[in-house]
Amino acid sequence: MASDLLHVTVLSIFVSVSATLLASAMAVPLGTVMGLHKFRGREVVKTFTYTLYGFPPVVAGLLIYLLLSQRGPLGSLNLLFTPAAMILAQMVLVFPIITGLTMSSVSQVAGEVKETAMTLGADRWQTAKTVLNEARIGVISAIMVGFGRAIAEVGAVLMVGGNIRWHTRVLTTAIVLETRRGNFEYALVLGAVLLTVALIVFFVLKRYQDKGVKI
Amino acid sequence: MRAEDICKRFDGKKVLEELSISVSCGELLAIIGPSGVGKTTLLRILNGLLYPEDGDVYFKGEPLTFEDEKDLDKRRKMALLSQKPYPFKDTVWENVAYPLRLRSEEEIDDKVSDALEHVSLLEMADRRAGTLSSGELQRMAFARATVFGPDVLLLDEFTAHLDPYNISVLEDAVEWYVDSKGAAAVMVTHNLFQAKRISHSTALLFDGRIIEKDSTEKIFEYPEDERTEAFVNGEMVF
Ligand SMILES: Nc1ncnc2c1ncn2[C@@H]1O[C@H](COP(=O)(O)OP(=O)(O)OP(=O)(O)O)[C@@H](O)[C@H]1O
Ligand SMILES: [Mg+2]
Repeated sequence: MASDLLHVTVLSIFVSVSATLLASAMAVPLGTVMGLHKFRGREVVKTFTYTLYGFPPVVAGLLIYLLLSQRGPLGSLNLLFTPAAMILAQMVLVFPIITGLTMSSVSQVAGEVKETAMTLGADRWQTAKTVLNEARIGVISAIMVGFGRAIAEVGAVLMVGGNIRWHTRVLTTAIVLETRRGNFEYALVLGAVLLTVALIVFFVLKRYQDKGVKI
Repeated sequence: MRAEDICKRFDGKKVLEELSISVSCGELLAIIGPSGVGKTTLLRILNGLLYPEDGDVYFKGEPLTFEDEKDLDKRRKMALLSQKPYPFKDTVWENVAYPLRLRSEEEIDDKVSDALEHVSLLEMADRRAGTLSSGELQRMAFARATVFGPDVLLLDEFTAHLDPYNISVLEDAVEWYVDSKGAAAVMVTHNLFQAKRISHSTALLFDGRIIEKDSTEKIFEYPEDERTEAFVNGEMVF
C-alpha cells in the first residue's frame, strides 16, 4: 500500500506540475502581451477568458476524449488513458485562468512601469521584462491558482486517464475509488497528502514572489 | 536640445501650438506657467514618450522619429524625473543599478554608490524602495535618473510637496549635475522661488506657446511681456 501511495502521489505531482508549466509557458507571455497593449477587442477577449474560468472539467474531458479516441483526429497517437492525456486535459483547464490573471496583474502596473522603464532607457523587450517582473506577485499567484485547480481536478482526468492502477491513477481519482470501496481511512490519508503537496508547491512559488529576477 | 513648431492635441483640443524652445549644454532652463497649459506634455514630447502632431524635436541636431526603437540611442541620453516616481519592487541599490543594467555597463557598483552618495542615500542602499519616504524616494529617483550620465535632464515638478531639507538636497544635486557634467536641464516648476534660486534661464509657457524666454534675472526683474509680468507677480494671466 505504501508503494501504491507513493506512485499515486508522484504521478499526481508529475501530471499537474507538467500541465501547469506547459500552460504557463504559453499563458504568461500571452497574458503579458494582452496586459501591455490596449488593442481593439481587448474587453471581449477579457470577458471570454473569464468565462473560461468556469469551464466545466467534464466538458473539457469529453472534448479531449473525442480528440484522442480511436476515431478522433489524434487517435493514431494512442494517447487516451495515458498520463499525457491527463496533462493535456489539465492544461486546457488552467490555461485561461493563468492567461486571465496574468493579464489583469500586468495591466494594473503596465502604465507606470512602462513609462518608468522607458524614461530610464529600456528597449521594448526590456520594458516587457520589467513589467512582468513588477507584476510578479500577481503572475505567480496566477500560476499557483492554476496549479491548485490542476491538482484538485477529478472529472476530466478520470475520463481521459481512466484511473488505471500503476498507470493513470492520481490522488484525486484514488480518493474517489477508495471512498466508493468504503476505505475511508485510506481516502483521508490520500486527501491529507493532496493538501500537503499543494502547500509545498505554494511555498516554493512564494519565494519567487518575494525575490524577483534580475533584468 | 531644440523643439520646433510643436503642435499637440488631445481629443481635438489644442494644447501646444507651434511651440519652439531650445536649451543648450550647461543651461538650466525653468519652465513656468499656469496649471494645465501643457508643461508636462512638453516634457513628455521632448523625451520621445508622446509624439507631436506637428513639429520636430532635435537632440544634438538630429531629429527624433518618435518610433521607440529608432530613438533608443537618443532616449538613452536623456532622463525624465517626474513628481511621483515609481519605485521598482526591489532594493534602493537595484533601482539605481537598473538603468546601468539596461545598457550592460561596467563598474556598476562604483557608479551606483557614487550616485547614492550624492543624494545621501548610501546607508539606505539595502532598503526596499517601496518603504522610502517621499523625499527619500525622490532622491533615489534622482540618483536613478542620473547614474548613467544623461546629457539632458527633464524635471517635472520634481520637488513638489517635499520638505525644505529634501528640496535643498535635490536642488543642490541638480545644480551640481548640470555644472559638473555640462548637461542641459529643463525644469518645470510651480515654485517661482525655485526657478529664481537655481535656473539660468526661464520661459513662460502659456496658450500653447512660449511667451517669453530670457535669463532668469530678466524674466523676474524686467519682463517684456505683460503676461509674464503678471505671472511672476502672482496674478492671473488671461
Ligand atoms: N492623455 C491625455 N488625454 C487627454 N488630455 C490630456 C492628456 N494629457 C494631458 N491632457 C490635457 O492636456 C492639458 C495639458 O496637460 P499637462 O499635464 O501637460 O499640463 P501641465 O502644464 O503639466 O499642468 P500642471 O501644472 O497642473 O501639471 C490639460 O488640459 C490636460 O487635461
Ligand atoms: Mg504637469
